[in-house]
Amino acid sequence: MADTETGAVVGAATGTDTGADTGAGTHAGAPASLEVEGLAFAYPDGHQALFGVDLRIGRGERVALLGPNGAGKTTLVLHLNGILSADTGTGRGSVRVAGLPVAKANLQEIRRRVGIVFQDPDDQLFMPTVREDVAFGPANLGLRGAELDARVDEALALVGMAEFADRPPHHLSFGQRRRVAVATVLAMRPEILVLDEPSSNLDPAGRRELAEILARLDVTVLMVTHDLPYALELCPRAVVLSGGVIAADGATRELLADRELMDAHRLELPYGFARLDCGTCAPPG
Amino acid sequence: MGAGHAHNLYRAGDSPVHRLPPHCKLVAVVLFVLAVVATPRERFWAFGVYALLLAAVAAVGRVPLGYVLRRVVVEIPFVVFAFALPFLATGPKTEFLGLTVSHSGLLGAWNILAKGTLGVVASILLAATTPLRDLLLGMERLRMPQLLVQIMQFMLRYADVITGEMGRMRVARESRGFRARDVRQLPVVAKSAGALFIRSYERGERVHLAMLSRGYTGTMPVLLDVRASRAQWGAAALLPSAAALACAVAWFAGG
Repeated sequence: MADTETGAVVGAATGTDTGADTGAGTHAGAPASLEVEGLAFAYPDGHQALFGVDLRIGRGERVALLGPNGAGKTTLVLHLNGILSADTGTGRGSVRVAGLPVAKANLQEIRRRVGIVFQDPDDQLFMPTVREDVAFGPANLGLRGAELDARVDEALALVGMAEFADRPPHHLSFGQRRRVAVATVLAMRPEILVLDEPSSNLDPAGRRELAEILARLDVTVLMVTHDLPYALELCPRAVVLSGGVIAADGATRELLADRELMDAHRLELPYGFARLDCGTCAPPG
Repeated sequence: MGAGHAHNLYRAGDSPVHRLPPHCKLVAVVLFVLAVVATPRERFWAFGVYALLLAAVAAVGRVPLGYVLRRVVVEIPFVVFAFALPFLATGPKTEFLGLTVSHSGLLGAWNILAKGTLGVVASILLAATTPLRDLLLGMERLRMPQLLVQIMQFMLRYADVITGEMGRMRVARESRGFRARDVRQLPVVAKSAGALFIRSYERGERVHLAMLSRGYTGTMPVLLDVRASRAQWGAAALLPSAAALACAVAWFAGG
């Protein structure tokens, strides 16, 4: 099964640009959105960040990636679209996105399939207007003209920012910029959306609006966050990355209720939630 | 929200000058300036013609005189030298406004002042009728190396971000009792500038990462194409053609 699927997907990659509509369809036999196997990595300066990560995320799942600072979360994320790889340091293991291995020959298609939303929207929005910024990714994939316009309008509508298309990004509020940043990767019709601290610096309303948008999207989501209530709200499943390995993987509610696990990996619910948690959560196991 | 202070040269409007494609206007201004510079400095009437041409453009573009004059002050540092010339230059002396000054120096000063001012006013009119973004598109259309256009585009996008960062650093400094009173405080300011540079450099790296993640391969996709019709080129050619004519007459017919 895996072989035929990979064949179909590679076919789509070498074709034009609409791989999402062809190769990695939604039929039952489709490969997982993300398969990470035995991924280890050390930076050129010798710092070992990952020690063998195994992670499988099925199509349409929403998964929170939790872990203390320095656990290797960013390193893992940058492996998903091939920014970091054994070429840029020393490493082993493999990453496959919808069956397609992350390798130099596939980079362009991999970067279409993996949409990373970085933490600071000012890093992500670098074009003079919102419209041009959202068009940047699909244009790099070769889309032009009416097809490109349609893709931009669709992505902006998904995050409710259609009427801001011709504004310069620096005239938008922080929450609006974060939503546009999400649109810039949605415009590439990704297989998996990777969000780096999506709730950081948002006011409560902006936070809720983003959550509503993310919950509505029909796409696989991997959400890197310290915001545990946000993880609980949006992601039924969570994995804990600690010390460069996956330390836990399970239902978010159960992981958050496991006091010992949380303490061991410097994970803490905000004040007020800790007590609440004991009262309302089912005990683990 | 507002218009944003990075674009205060632009004056929104919908005049025939505003509607001309940016690359036509760029070419027109460059040719106009070349004609002005090529004119012999003794032909005073020719400079009057140039000034009238610019006044006509301003009138068609509905750019008020005061708007232009306020922005002409940017040339002052560059023409200060011109005012000293009549007193410093050697050669035959002449009477001017009751002062005895060098004849060639006076002409030299007039030359710098007249040509400089005409060039600055032409650029101000261009900037007043063309949004910065369109100017960049025009440059790209004129085959300016894409790398230079990209650098300017990033400058345009990040000027506000970096200014904001600088402002926050200043507030943070002053909130801890720092006051830049004399030269002894200079090292602190210098260190802040260094920190700002490193932050901007790191931001550049993060932006590059974000670009790579969206399939950037070294060339920016051309998203907005600006095109010009024959009629638009013709309209834009009016200013430099008239100036070229004046320049030719100044050379061959004398004054």
